[in-house]
This record gives sequence, C-alpha cells and structure tokens, in this order.
Amino acid sequence: MSRLPVKKTYKLYLGGAFPRSESGRTYEVEGANVALGSRKDVRDAVRAARGAFPKWAGMTAYNRGQVLYRVAEMMEGRRAEFAELTGSDEEVDAAVDRWVWYAGWADKLAQVLGASNPVAGPYFNFTIPEPTGVVGVIAPEEPPLAGLVSRLAPVIVGGNAAVVIASERRPLAAVTLAEVLATSDVPGGVVNLVTGRKRELAPIVAGHMDVNALDLGGAEDDVEELERLAAENVKRVVRNGDGQSPWHAASFLELKTVWHPIGV
Amino acid sequence: MAEVEKRQDRSPVPSAFEYAEAPESRDIVRLEDRYGLFVGGEWVEPRSGEYAPSAAPRDEEVLAEVAYAGPEDVDVAVRTARDAFENGWSDLAPGERAKYLYRIARILQERSREFAVLESLDGGKPIRESRDVDLPLSAAHFFYYAGWADKLEYAFPNRKPRPVGVTGQVIPWNFPLLMLSWKIAPALAAGNTVVLKPAETTPLTALLFCDVLRQAELPPGVVNIVTGDGRAGAELVKHSDVDKIAFTGSTEVGKEIMRATAGTGKKLTLELGGKAANIIFDDAPLDQAVEGIINGIYFNQGHVCCAGSRLFVQESVFEEVVAKLKRRMATLRVGDPLDKNTDVGAINSQAQLERIKELVAAGEEEGAEIYQPPCQLPEKGWWFPPTVFTNVAQSYRIAQEEIFGPVLSVLTFRTPDEAVEKANNTPYGLSAGVWTEKGSRILSMANRLRAGVIWANTYNRFDPTSPFGGYKESGFGREGGLHGLAPYMEFDE
Repeated sequence: MSRLPVKKTYKLYLGGAFPRSESGRTYEVEGANVALGSRKDVRDAVRAARGAFPKWAGMTAYNRGQVLYRVAEMMEGRRAEFAELTGSDEEVDAAVDRWVWYAGWADKLAQVLGASNPVAGPYFNFTIPEPTGVVGVIAPEEPPLAGLVSRLAPVIVGGNAAVVIASERRPLAAVTLAEVLATSDVPGGVVNLVTGRKRELAPIVAGHMDVNALDLGGAEDDVEELERLAAENVKRVVRNGDGQSPWHAASFLELKTVWHPIGV
Repeated sequence: MAEVEKRQDRSPVPSAFEYAEAPESRDIVRLEDRYGLFVGGEWVEPRSGEYAPSAAPRDEEVLAEVAYAGPEDVDVAVRTARDAFENGWSDLAPGERAKYLYRIARILQERSREFAVLESLDGGKPIRESRDVDLPLSAAHFFYYAGWADKLEYAFPNRKPRPVGVTGQVIPWNFPLLMLSWKIAPALAAGNTVVLKPAETTPLTALLFCDVLRQAELPPGVVNIVTGDGRAGAELVKHSDVDKIAFTGSTEVGKEIMRATAGTGKKLTLELGGKAANIIFDDAPLDQAVEGIINGIYFNQGHVCCAGSRLFVQESVFEEVVAKLKRRMATLRVGDPLDKNTDVGAINSQAQLERIKELVAAGEEEGAEIYQPPCQLPEKGWWFPPTVFTNVAQSYRIAQEEIFGPVLSVLTFRTPDEAVEKANNTPYGLSAGVWTEKGSRILSMANRLRAGVIWANTYNRFDPTSPFGGYKESGFGREGGLHGLAPYMEFDE
C-alpha cells in the first residue's frame, strides 16, 4: 500500500521564524498554497531586518564568510529537493557554487574596494566599505533559485540585512532556500522573505523609509514607479548586474573615509 | 536693548586687536559687462534671450550680467557635447587626454590669485579661504585626475572601463570653482564630455574657467558651461541625451532629480545635505578641539554641506568647552571677504540670509539660548554674525535641519553610546567629527558613526585623493580619489 506523502506548508520567513501572512491570505501556485504577503508582512520584515542588521554587520568578515559557506553546505544536502523544485540540476549546482564564491569574498571586499589615500598633508587617511543597512530585493521570476541566490548573496555578504520579495510564479524554491538559511547559522532577521503579488509588495518595499537600498533585478514594467518611490529617502537603486561580481556586492556598500592627523 | 545684551555677552571676552585693513586688490580681475553661454568653445547668446545680474554679497554690487539658459540652450549644449564625445574626444589617446588636464591644472595654478579674488567677490567667502583652500584644491583635483586618464585599466582591473558619454553636472554656490573641479576633472579623465550648470548666484569663476579651457586648447564642445537658475538645471537633468547626472546641492532637489530620472537608466551621483555631529570627549585636547569646532562651523560662513553644525560635548567638560568656544568666537573677524584678515565673510545671497534668520528665530522661539560675539557688520551686503546655541534639544529645528550658515547648536552626552545614538539620529550622514586622545575610542566611534567622512581630531579636511560623499539622505556615489572615477565609467563585464 502506497504511503500518503506529508505535504509542506509554504510560509513567510520573518525574523528567523516561519509565520503565515498576518492577512491570512494564500494563493495557489506550483501546486501549493503559498502565503499571500501583505503590507504589514513587509513592514514586519523590514523591522526584523533592521533589528538583525547591527549584529550581522558587526560580525567579523571571516565569520560571515563561514556562514555563507555553511549555506552552500546545507543546500548541497538538499540538492534533490531543489532539483525537483527548479527542474534543473544545473541551476541548483550554479546556486550552490555561487554561495561558495561569495563566501570567499566576505573578507576580501575591504581589500579590493577600500583604499589608503595619500593626501597632501600630515594625515593618515583610509577608505573602507561598510554595509548600507536594510536592502529590499525584488527577486527575478526566473530562474527561481539561481536568480534569487544571485541577487541575495551579494547583498548579505557585505553585512547588509535583506527583505526579499520572492518570485511570484515560482516561490517554492525561495521558501525552501529560507529553510536552508534558517539552519545555516544566518542570524534570524538577516534574510526575510515575503511571498505574494509583486505588484502589491514591491512598491511597499520601494517606498519604505527604513530601507536603505533597492535591488530591482526582478522588477518588470514598474521600474519607473519603484525608482520614484525610492527617491523618498534617497535609496541606492541597483538595476542590473546578474553575473557574480564583487562590484555587484559593492553596490550595497557605503564607503567611509577616515582622517587622522599624524604628529607626535 | 535687552535683546542686544543677551546676544552680546561681552564679559568673558578679551578685547580684540585692532587690525589695519589689508584688502586684496581686485584689479587682477577683469570682468565683461555681460556673459553669454559657453558652448562648443565659443560664447553664444542665449536663445532664451534672458540675462540676470550676479551680485557681490559683500556690498550687492552687480558684477556682471549672466545668461540664463532656456530649454533650447540646454539642448544645443547637450548636442554639442554629444558631437564632441563622438567626434574626437572619446577616441583621443588617453595620454593626450591626461595632458589637457595637466594643462588645466597648471593654468589654474598660474592664475590662482585672479580666481581667488573673483571667487571672494562673487561668492562672499574670505580671500584667505579662496586663496588657501578653494584654488589650491581645484588645481590639485585636475592634477590628480589627469594622472588617472591613461591608467584606468589599473583602477578597474578585470572590468574593461569605458566612458559614459555626455555628463550633465549641476553644482552649488558654496565652493563654485572647487565643485566645478570636482565634477569636470574626473569626467574628462574618464573620457566623457560635459555640460555644467553653475549656481545662479556664483557663475563668474565658472565663466572665467572657460578662458582656462581656451588657453589649454581643449577641443571645442568637450566642456560646455550653461549658466542659469534651477530651470536650466532641471532641463539638463531631464534631457534624454544626457547619460549621467552629477549633482551637488540640497537633499530636497536631490530627491526631485531621483524622481525625474526614475526609469530612464541614467547614471546618477548625488552629494546632498548634512547635519554633521562634531563630538568632543572629555579627554580631548580642548584647545585644539575648539579650533576644530570653529573651523567646522564657521569655515566658509557655515555654507558647507559637511559643516560640524551639531556639537556634542561630554557633560563633564561642557562648561569649559563653551567658555573657550565663546572666547574664540569673539576673535573671529567678520567683514570684507577681500580683506586678508577676514575669518568670516558675507552670506552668499539674500535668500540664504533669510533662511538663516528664519531658523535662528525658530531656535530662540523653541527655547535655545543664543550667543553672538560682538562684531560690527557692514551696512551694505548680506551678513550674519557667528552664532552658537546652547540649551538645545534634539527635537529643535536648529538641531534637525540644515541651516547652511554660521550657526552652531551645542548638545551634550554622557557615554559613547549616547553620543553615537544622538549623532546618528538624523536622516543625513555626510560627515562627523570625533575628538579624543584615546586611539581605540577613535576607531570605535569611526566605526559606529553612519557617515561618509569621519574627521578624527581634525575637521573639514579635503584632498583630491580622498573620497567624499554621504550615507543615507546625504546622497550616494563618491567624489575624489579612486572611488570618484567609477561614477564616470561604464563597464563591459
């Protein structure tokens, strides 16, 4: 007699927990009932991200690198599940390898992006990158896993916290990735995932006054509206850059320059 | 009279020395009565037909009439810049591009006194500052970026940098020539062409700069200067053939520019307002710190986006610092910008003076205590005395809003945590100052302050090699240094 499988409930990922949408809404997609996130869910996600930001940003770069590598390890163990959700072994491999690639960048960004500046005077002067804060990520619709990982890893490797609006048509891989993050020593709140209608959720992220930057990688016909909303608190807006690149990570980093006199 | 006594508390103040006047001669500057637009290497009449006077803040003398560009004028300038970009400039060997920039740097050095005098005349800043800060830094900026022009592949390894194209640049009135240099030098080094709009109250050094371009034999159309007011800036920002916008100015206008460029794919850098915290710990060398406070807020009449306008003093030394500060303020010489003894010059414009007065009135209204040292202000022109407010709450407008004038708000704190919390409690994040003898505390504060430039045991230092720019609503992108190049490049990755 065949065994009846236990089906998974696909929920939001907020502050390290997996709540349903506070709205009680779901939508049916990819054969599952997925949480239909609300304005309140997005706001909760931003609050969780803001709360998690200081600790994540304050960790040593070595430590953050190890946490990202741990994400790759955890994904590797669930390759079969991800392959089923994405329908592509290659995509899963690429996603895992991308985490490994960015993990190695954690303690190198400051050396590649920073500088010691030879000012014309008796001053010690240096420039270092720092995370900008909370980053809204509008994830690409496709590919459901590699697309998200390509946008998310460069955001968090430098110490930012993220609020992700998942692929609307292919959200299951994203929620499963959240389960991986929850078991990978990524502190709760560093990554928050809201599923639902992108048209409804993206403007809420773009206009939120406690979000510092916006990745529009998955925005479609509403880029102009989202960029206009982003102006309200001078968000850093990232429009493109799909390839793996430290410069993509740099888009979410501020540069701080410190001066000190040299003397006796 | 009671009002005057309250403001002019003479008791703790030593009597100021008498100084003989030491005016810098203005004969070195020869101005035209009227200036057109500088487009395609030539002076052209504005199609708009509009002109407006540019006045000297020190006595309201009209120095010259300046064209106000209309939409058609901006369009012609952009098309000229595009033509120059496509027909010559972008194909020029980078080493040759570098040599044009070196020429500009050298000519600025040679003519620096002329520029300094004109800058002080047109903008109102003390000649000591335009001579010792604005001009040397302007020349140094061109010299620094000249060297990058043929070394870009080393600046961006693995990235295949190429120029963006036509850049539209809009600059403010507080450091007219220096901001021009911050904009034009990296743009040209990267291989772009430029349409630059100077501020409406301070166009004259930008117009004199056109003569430097003539002497440097820069190909026509590579740099175009269109004078005018905010309308011309808005036209430039929305022009469909401008590939990159660089703006320095208020946060309010910066947001308008973001909205205007939304969805266009234009590259954008914004250097916006600030409300910097200057933090004095009780172990700081207080006399040095007081010099830093003075330099932080009264430099250039406080018309500085990174001015240290919020002073945070540790409670245990509050009274001592404020007493020293008031004594030092009383020695500031306010007056003719062309006088070599002047420390604080004229307010840049009538409009800015009104804005300062409004906020100072709000400070008194809300309950802060005002102090202004005794000083005689000239009768003609636009003036405001160095001002300090004590008894200021975080919520007061003078502690929240950018005043952009010689007005300091003093607040206190007890612990480093409290200092960080208060300092960061602003939508701005351009700069901050920290004064303490403890090295580990400097580094800890530098880490925790959310601002793009941290001055530790110094303030208001600038250098072409040193990136400058803000966090949060103070803007994004950096100017200066290696990092100031990237906003002027595209990358084929």
